Amino acid sequence: MSGTFIGMPAFPEAAREAVGNRTLRRNLRHATHTIRAKRAKAVAEVSDWAALREAGRQIKDHTLRHLDRYLVQLEESVTAAGGTVHWAADAVEANRIVAELVKATGESEVVKVKSMATQEIGLNEALEAEGIRAYETDLAELIVQLGKDRPSHILVPAIHRNRGEIRDIFRSEMGAWGRPAPEGLTDTPAELAEAARLHLREKFLRARVGISGANFMVAETGTLVVVESEGNGRMCLTLPETLISVVGIEKLVPTWRDLEVFLQTLPRSSTAERMNPYTSMWTGTTDAETADGPRTFHLVLLDNGRTDTLADQVGRQALRCIRCSACLNVCPVYERAGGHAYGSVYPGPIGAILSPQLRGTQSEIDASLPYASSLCGACYEVCPVAIDIPEVLVHLRERVVQGGPVTRAGNKVVLKPAKGHAAERAAMRAARWAFGHPGALRTGQRIASRSRRFHPRTLPGPGRAWSASRDLPPVPAEPFRDWWQRTHVTGRGAGAGSAGDQASGHDQGDGK
Amino acid sequence: MRVALFLTCINDTLYPDTGRAVVKLLTRLGVEVDFPLTQTCCGQAHYNTGYRHEAEPLAVKFSDVFREYEAIVTPSGSCGAMVRELYPRLGERARAEGRGDVLAATLAPVVPKTYELTEFLVDVVGVTDVGAYYPHTVTYHPTCHGLRSLGLGDRPRRLLQAVKGLELVDLPGAEECCGFGGTFALKNSDVSAAMGADKVRNAESTEAEVLCAADNSCLMHIGGTMTRLGVGMRPVHIAEILASTEEEPLV
Repeated sequence: MSGTFIGMPAFPEAAREAVGNRTLRRNLRHATHTIRAKRAKAVAEVSDWAALREAGRQIKDHTLRHLDRYLVQLEESVTAAGGTVHWAADAVEANRIVAELVKATGESEVVKVKSMATQEIGLNEALEAEGIRAYETDLAELIVQLGKDRPSHILVPAIHRNRGEIRDIFRSEMGAWGRPAPEGLTDTPAELAEAARLHLREKFLRARVGISGANFMVAETGTLVVVESEGNGRMCLTLPETLISVVGIEKLVPTWRDLEVFLQTLPRSSTAERMNPYTSMWTGTTDAETADGPRTFHLVLLDNGRTDTLADQVGRQALRCIRCSACLNVCPVYERAGGHAYGSVYPGPIGAILSPQLRGTQSEIDASLPYASSLCGACYEVCPVAIDIPEVLVHLRERVVQGGPVTRAGNKVVLKPAKGHAAERAAMRAARWAFGHPGALRTGQRIASRSRRFHPRTLPGPGRAWSASRDLPPVPAEPFRDWWQRTHVTGRGAGAGSAGDQASGHDQGDGK
Repeated sequence: MRVALFLTCINDTLYPDTGRAVVKLLTRLGVEVDFPLTQTCCGQAHYNTGYRHEAEPLAVKFSDVFREYEAIVTPSGSCGAMVRELYPRLGERARAEGRGDVLAATLAPVVPKTYELTEFLVDVVGVTDVGAYYPHTVTYHPTCHGLRSLGLGDRPRRLLQAVKGLELVDLPGAEECCGFGGTFALKNSDVSAAMGADKVRNAESTEAEVLCAADNSCLMHIGGTMTRLGVGMRPVHIAEILASTEEEPLV
């Protein structure tokens, strides 16, 4: 993935900073709560939502199961329609292919449609190193690019910015990239949009090479689909002579008809619209002199960890993702930590299961991401392709603490347990032992009860993580089991609901 | 009907009042309840922190302790969800690891007969008015695993609405997680604390005297945040409210 994120601190440290940033908290709270409510309303309108969700899950699972076959079919369809297909195993290969294709046109600048795949591989930086300037044309991506910032949301990359901050970025940065912001620009949405429109229009009219991703690729026809709100994507897809699309291999659907499901679930889940304003679909190239659209079309199929992810029985469901970002908008952790803390172009719950699979769990940030969740399950509930994100999070936690077999770059390897979990592992083992021996548990409970007057209000060491913000509950004079034994077992019938004569009425615990 | 109380390790150790309340309530409703003393922990903390293999012997032990009962009742949404949702998954994963069907077969009997308390009251006993009396203003926080894993729906609210003297007020942002999340509270303590503080502020805005939930682990986090922030509300488990009567009120 993008080099921008290498060396990120683990999630808890990055999140601590975000939690303390009042402006960021306010921006994110406002934005996520607004879209959350709108999505709920848009979804509630659809009477067969549950069936659509299940259909989406099944189409994606079926496609992933037969991905090898459908990818070859796609290559044949795209080639037959006049396009050229390139296969990229990783980010380096994909970036090299794109740079060479751009250079072959003789151009030194490109316009870009908003695309997660090109963010993932760090394409803009790679092109810059080759002397090619990439202009982001999605409004929010433009804000991020002008602000020398990083995206913090899949759909709304500048969600962490408010209108005032955007006006300041436009005023100070637009001039260096092209047409400057109009004099006296205010922070009203209409004026900000107009400034972006004027700035971008000259880029659209000048560009000879466009770069995009795709929301879907249809194997049977070779058609690519981009779903967007602004129309800027369509400008990039239709005006340049050469179009290069970089698309993750999991974006495939077998048939045209399958789009029927996703074109209903994606807009409602992401922008809470019944239908998004612009849906662009293209199949290969147009060759007649008079026809519209690019004359040359290249499709770069990107793996970059996807085949490895597909090899994992539990984790592979992450590849169903259609990048709607409903899980981000509903996530209480994302709302407070912000997107940057996830150290990836894929933030939020989906990022927490996608990044450690695509990149592996070796780095500090990737090993911490599976824990960036309270497992509240709100993400799973809203996911339009039913990715059980909590299940995958727990699965990846296991991978971090236990290690085990994984697939990396197509090879089976056995991971060692991550460092830094030794104390926790010992504690978990000790707890398992105590819980396996009720007598030991009871002894511990009694010691806690009898020493309760001496318990401090705050804890030292790792316990500080609790007591820095929360008081400890008082320990009762006796645990429940002692009360039960006193009133229900010893002497029998000391209260209603007598234990009867079950064998379980005896404590078999002492050290067994 | 032979009903076992699976109290959970947290309640046993820190919240015996909740256990006593469940016994009192079920007994009042004519349910004979037993507390098998060999019970300990369902293994949820192990499982959710990534120690699935450490959770397995605890799940097996749970099955050994409880399998002969006709129903297993627990006053915890998350521990109930561990048995109902995640025990079958333990079995599936063991099978996928080539360890056969033994674990799945061992755990299968306890899965369908484990009930969260409010579920047991409404679905099995068939009551919503349990004859309780609790003259206080209460707001209810549906805890995540009860809400989303078990699908408790409006059962807890229906039980509370039938309590004499109780005024139930809506909690803003009720379905948002309180930020406990087991070891999440320690591993991501800043985010956890921020979520907890927001939950407490929302609860405070209702001007209720009591914040009620059906899971003491969440209440431990919310209650600990309340006292730290100096908010004068009380966190109370739903079992204690439902056990309270005019003759023997909870004070």
